[in-house]
Amino acid sequence: MRPSNLSGVGTFLAKQGILVAFALFMIGFTIANERFLDPDNIMGVIRSSAILGVMALGVTFVVISGNLDLSVGSMMSFATIVVLDLHDKIGPTLAIPSMYAMVLCLGALIGFLVGYLKLNSLIVTLGMLSAIHGLTLTYSGGKNMDIADKEGTWFSVFGQSDALGIPVPILIFALLASVLGLALAKTPFGRKVYAVGGNGTAATFSGIRRARVVFTCYLASAFCVGTAGLLQASRSLGSQNTVGQGLELEVLAAVILGGASLLGGSGTIFKTVIGVLILGFIQNGLLLVGLQFYAQYVVTWIIIILAVWLDIAAKRGKLWSPIA
Amino acid sequence: MSNQTPALRLEGIVKTFPGVRALDKVSFSVMPGEVHALMGENGAGKSTLMKVLGGIYQPEEGRIIVGEQPVVMTSPLQAKAKGIVFIHQELSLAEELTVAENIYLGELPKKSFGRVDWQQLYAQTDEILGRLKVGFDAKTKVGDLSIANQQMVEIARALTVEAKAVIFDEPTASLTDAEKVVLFDVIEDLKAHGVGIIYISHRMEEIFKITDRISVLRDGHYRGTLTTAETDEDEITQLMIGRKLDLSRNASHHEIGDIALEVRNLSCGKLFRNISFDVRRGEVVGFYGLVGAGRTEIAETLFGLREPSGGEILLDGQPTVIHSPADAIAKGISLVPEDRKGQGLILGMNCRDNMTLPQVSDLKAGPFVAEGAEIAIFDQYRDRLDIRTPGWKQLVGNLSGGNQQKIVIGKWLSMHPNVLIVDEPTRGIDVGSKSEIHNLIRELASQGYAVIVISSEMPEVLHVSDRIVAMFSGKIIRTFTSEEVTEDNLIQAISGITSDKAA
Ligand SMILES: Nc1ncnc2c1ncn2[C@@H]1O[C@H](COP(=O)(O)OP(=O)(O)OP(=O)(O)O)[C@@H](O)[C@H]1O
Ligand SMILES: [Mg+2]
Repeated sequence: MRPSNLSGVGTFLAKQGILVAFALFMIGFTIANERFLDPDNIMGVIRSSAILGVMALGVTFVVISGNLDLSVGSMMSFATIVVLDLHDKIGPTLAIPSMYAMVLCLGALIGFLVGYLKLNSLIVTLGMLSAIHGLTLTYSGGKNMDIADKEGTWFSVFGQSDALGIPVPILIFALLASVLGLALAKTPFGRKVYAVGGNGTAATFSGIRRARVVFTCYLASAFCVGTAGLLQASRSLGSQNTVGQGLELEVLAAVILGGASLLGGSGTIFKTVIGVLILGFIQNGLLLVGLQFYAQYVVTWIIIILAVWLDIAAKRGKLWSPIA
Repeated sequence: MSNQTPALRLEGIVKTFPGVRALDKVSFSVMPGEVHALMGENGAGKSTLMKVLGGIYQPEEGRIIVGEQPVVMTSPLQAKAKGIVFIHQELSLAEELTVAENIYLGELPKKSFGRVDWQQLYAQTDEILGRLKVGFDAKTKVGDLSIANQQMVEIARALTVEAKAVIFDEPTASLTDAEKVVLFDVIEDLKAHGVGIIYISHRMEEIFKITDRISVLRDGHYRGTLTTAETDEDEITQLMIGRKLDLSRNASHHEIGDIALEVRNLSCGKLFRNISFDVRRGEVVGFYGLVGAGRTEIAETLFGLREPSGGEILLDGQPTVIHSPADAIAKGISLVPEDRKGQGLILGMNCRDNMTLPQVSDLKAGPFVAEGAEIAIFDQYRDRLDIRTPGWKQLVGNLSGGNQQKIVIGKWLSMHPNVLIVDEPTRGIDVGSKSEIHNLIRELASQGYAVIVISSEMPEVLHVSDRIVAMFSGKIIRTFTSEEVTEDNLIQAISGITSDKAA
């Protein structure tokens, strides 16, 4: 039972705090720089959030099932490097499915370790973060990867073209968000994800195969990471080994900003999309007001801390409590 | 008593939740040295009233007066400082910590430099545990204790402060008879020290045994106070549910069919050994014994949660291995588990989704869950079990304890199993609904279900069972038919006293 020690306004702030903070940011940025609300700028923000967004969709599944995935950043680097490398070796038509297959294998491995062997997801995915980074470096021999013929390939459609006047990355993000949103909210599998994250023991007692559900969540996450890698590779047609570095925390920040609890059992795809956009607009706003790019790392961290704090504050109904 | 100042007084308390007026101008008082029962149906508002008193909820209206002084309770810690101790219906212990740490959480005895004085802590704790005559010590991890023993830890907490009033919210729901005796001694002791006691329970025998007065709530309204010595069960139920109860057992003249489940020499390590019994379609077999007798463990083995170390399970005459709960469900077995909060429910999920969880994969419209079918199932069992909730969207964690239990029962009944195992099915359920659930169990049997009822309540076992298996320390001592069983020979069997007739 949650204590109701907050006044009406307080409860609203704790529950909707993120939206309120977001609104304040938006107003502030708009005053500071009139370009902020420019349609081009807005489209640009959504477009550049798409890659992060696609990854956040998968991580939402993992977080709701009560686990973490810190490997998505380095897995995204891996996907990007692999698909770029194979592009020249076996052609884009084969490169794309091969990349997905490899990434899904990595996801399956994590899913096996966390789901079936019941190892702690933080440890497993933190380990994978560095293992996959090593894998990427080994694969590429430490070199950056570039497509030889940048003009003559259709591979750039995913990252660079428009369809119906909307950039393709945004369309892919929207499509994936709709499909996964429905899967989570409306299908039996989605229901099981919530059950496993909400109370794993009770889920088992209800005949849900917990390991299988967790496993599938990591597969979903890997699939999303593969897609993000595809978008990234297609946009730049060349890449460093470290494109995805640090993205795992930004992704997590977006998911938590959206209101998914790190304890599992709550959150939605829709809210994650909101979280992604909030993060994107805040980072863009900070750039526009002239904050150095590197300062963003600090800001992202502060946002994560704020989000986590508001999350538990909303749960216990007060901003501070002497007991846990 | 009448011209004394009450230890505690509540006046005109109002508390609402979205969609529910949980308390509507409730007044209530307890005298020093009095055991005052608070009774009412599931969802009547008993726990809510006590949470207002314990500083967990803030009332919208009304006053709390401790001794002569009006107070505003803003937190459980503050309530404790005012001498109000609360033993919750739902356990609230830290499983990873020791018994001692749990009991003194927040008030650990300290040495210089703020170091915890462990010796002192363990000594103090063991002294209190000694008063409760429990079989574990201060250093035991709470997570390793049975639910009943965790309840005893919860009670031990109450003995650490100078209490003016102690609230027991269904303390005996998971205690055995022996533990109850200890609890009642503790209550007598507190009473002799002039502490006012509020005692919430659905069990009439206890109410008559230990309380002085009884106040009744119904749908959030105060209904009156009775003096225990001058009233009887009928009057109380009348006040509680507005009608009399028909407690007679549905005469069951249905056919007993073939053997649905047979267990031969089933063993599981040290938990139970050489268990053999069968259950026929149309039959209710009761399992009675002390906590730790191995009843729950047998149920868990039949449900695929434990691997047996020997023996056979036969379903409809076919030897079967049950690999997992999913497998058990597929084979037509349902288990209503003993711990509703830990094993039965997902508290952060709504009522409907909880109820249909085991069959969610079968309720499909295309790739999606057929929500209409789910709501239909929920509505059916809400009506049948009289579940009080503003709607299916309510989170299960917001329901009253008894209504939560009904959700678990509905969840497994709606699976239409061949073999239904219920472990402590009426824990925390009010008298009206209890007889309703007993009738339902009989009715299910008459429809051809094979039912196993595990219960620590003798009247319950006696009431619903066609046969009763008495267990002691992992072994079946004797199986009684409903004709030959008496309270005496049942008690003998489960306490391990082997009589000449024992098999
Ligand atoms: N946190 C909450 N949010 C919403 N409704 C609540 C909450 N807590 C209690 N209620 C509602 O208030 C009513 C009273 O609940 P309460 O827990 O006080 O009942 P109770 O008398 O203790 O019942 P039981 O015998 O089943 O324990 C119920 O209808 C319940 O659903
Ligand atoms: Mg209650």
